[in-house]
Amino acid sequence: MPVVHLVPICLPAQAGLLDDVGNRIAKAFATKVTVRPPRFDPEMAFDSSRGQYHSTAILQSLLADSGNGEGRILGIAGVDLFIPILTYVFGEAQLDGRAALVSIYRLDNARYGLPGNALLLSERLAKESIHELGHTAGLVHCHHPVCVMRSSTYVEDIDVKSADFCPDCLKELRKSAVRL
Amino acid sequence: MSPQKASILIVDDELSVRDSLLHWFRKDGLNVSTAANATLALQALEQGSHDIVLLDIKMPGMDGMELQGRIHTLAPKTIVIMMTAFASVDTAVRALKQGAFDYVTKPIDPDELSHLVARALKERRLEDENSQLRETIAELSSADFVIGESPAMHKVMELIRQVAQTNATVMIRGESGTGKELVARTIHANSTRKFFPIIPINCGALPDSLLESELFGHEKGAFTGANFRRKGRLEMADGGTLFLDEIGTITPKMQVDLLRTIETGEVMRLGGLRPVEVDFRIVCATNEDLEKMVAEGRFRQDLYYRINVFSIALPPLRERLEDIGTLARHFLKRLALQMDKRVSDISPEAIQKMMAYDWPGNVRELANAIERAMVVTRGSLIRPEDLPFVLPETQVTSAPAGDSLADMEKAHIAVILARTRWNISQSADLLQIDRATLYNKIKRYGLQRGEPRDADTNGDKSG
Repeated sequence: MPVVHLVPICLPAQAGLLDDVGNRIAKAFATKVTVRPPRFDPEMAFDSSRGQYHSTAILQSLLADSGNGEGRILGIAGVDLFIPILTYVFGEAQLDGRAALVSIYRLDNARYGLPGNALLLSERLAKESIHELGHTAGLVHCHHPVCVMRSSTYVEDIDVKSADFCPDCLKELRKSAVRL
Repeated sequence: MSPQKASILIVDDELSVRDSLLHWFRKDGLNVSTAANATLALQALEQGSHDIVLLDIKMPGMDGMELQGRIHTLAPKTIVIMMTAFASVDTAVRALKQGAFDYVTKPIDPDELSHLVARALKERRLEDENSQLRETIAELSSADFVIGESPAMHKVMELIRQVAQTNATVMIRGESGTGKELVARTIHANSTRKFFPIIPINCGALPDSLLESELFGHEKGAFTGANFRRKGRLEMADGGTLFLDEIGTITPKMQVDLLRTIETGEVMRLGGLRPVEVDFRIVCATNEDLEKMVAEGRFRQDLYYRINVFSIALPPLRERLEDIGTLARHFLKRLALQMDKRVSDISPEAIQKMMAYDWPGNVRELANAIERAMVVTRGSLIRPEDLPFVLPETQVTSAPAGDSLADMEKAHIAVILARTRWNISQSADLLQIDRATLYNKIKRYGLQRGEPRDADTNGDKSG
């Protein structure tokens, strides 16, 4: 049976967050979701000159950590992620692969001087998680205005889209040989 | 899913940059390739086209600046975006001057990168669309207007091909209805001026004073009735072609004005203070003997030499009988489409009858004859009885349709026109009126070439 393993990385304890995201992922992909701790030190991905964590390095560790087990691995980080060419990323995934990574660092309203909103944070995290897992199923960015696969470069963009796949992406997802 | 299947080439000596951009753009649904140095980038560009090249400025060996120049030569349509970790105003200005689409500093804000690529792709699409539209217009406007398989017409087409691309003034000679304006339009459509207008003006149809203001335009208040400033046809033809039909009819004063304009390339509006610079090509047409007019002092020799640089003589239809079938079928096809009538062909007997006729009104008369046949025919074939051929001149009646003076005048003009085979100058001489007056009367009475059957019917009625 297909499964998604959630791996919290430097994630501050927040009541119900992982459970909520897990439930939404399970519903979106009709899959089983487990939670397990990382078996690597995320500090190896820290770049002191940028004060951020190298997303690709964590993604590779997640892959190495999972061995040849079945299912997908989704790292959920509490730290700010980057790839060398970009100032930051919300997440990263292997296109048509096994591993994906999202960060809550820039999803939290408190980061922007606004009152914290646990529900909104949970919704944003769920959308970005489903988005990155969609990439592992071979889906690319979609131009449908509210499809979860629409690219988001600002946190407000995430709020505009829904947590659902548009009919086209859903069709692609079902067609995809690599099923979750 | 993304509707774009655009391609992007990433050129950077840092593997981590290439890799992260590769994955980033793949998720956008783009075809992504990478190159670690300028040599590999040039190889990739030679192997296939890329819509966008993201190019690092600082690279060992050939740097991004030099590579950008080579990309412009190798693939001029490719959009180049320069990246650098060491931004400076100098490099930015140099890159943009060399034709880069944009210049970004590393690391790039994800939002900036998304917008940049979207903007570049939009520009690329617009450019492609623009060149496609230009090609379509060029195809449509260069359609071979002049039809004919006869040696005489082949020669005409060859002459058009020779002169069209040049800027030379062209004189088109030929009887009325031989297609002088069509040749002028074909020359224009095959010239480099095709995207600018062709402005036709029939010099014979306008009285002198009107022609002057038509050609040169006028300022507000230049004369009674000049309530607005108006551009002349010469100004309207700026960048394009001015087609002067019946050039032989213009008065000596107009000849001087026209000559001055051709020589200086400047137009002075009536009542204007400053000359306006214009760039046009002149194509003239006439069915008069200009050489004789020059010899008699009725046409300025200097103007004659100015406009008679390249001459094209159009043969009358009776001298290219072999083209009648082709032309008739061409008109049939076009009219069937316009009139939505299912008339598919012309019977051999009808073609024979057409070839036996001498077509004083030339191709225009043939087109009218086919149009009329299309209206009266009941089947899918045009038969000899559908053709409205002109009866011999002697049978054209002079009996008017009514008793009024106007009826008398109409009938008389019709007779004179038939007698001269619609030669306007000759008819005007016989009627002792000027050509402009004759044109006005022809228009007022609705007289048309190739309609003597009507005259005949009228004659029967009144007789």
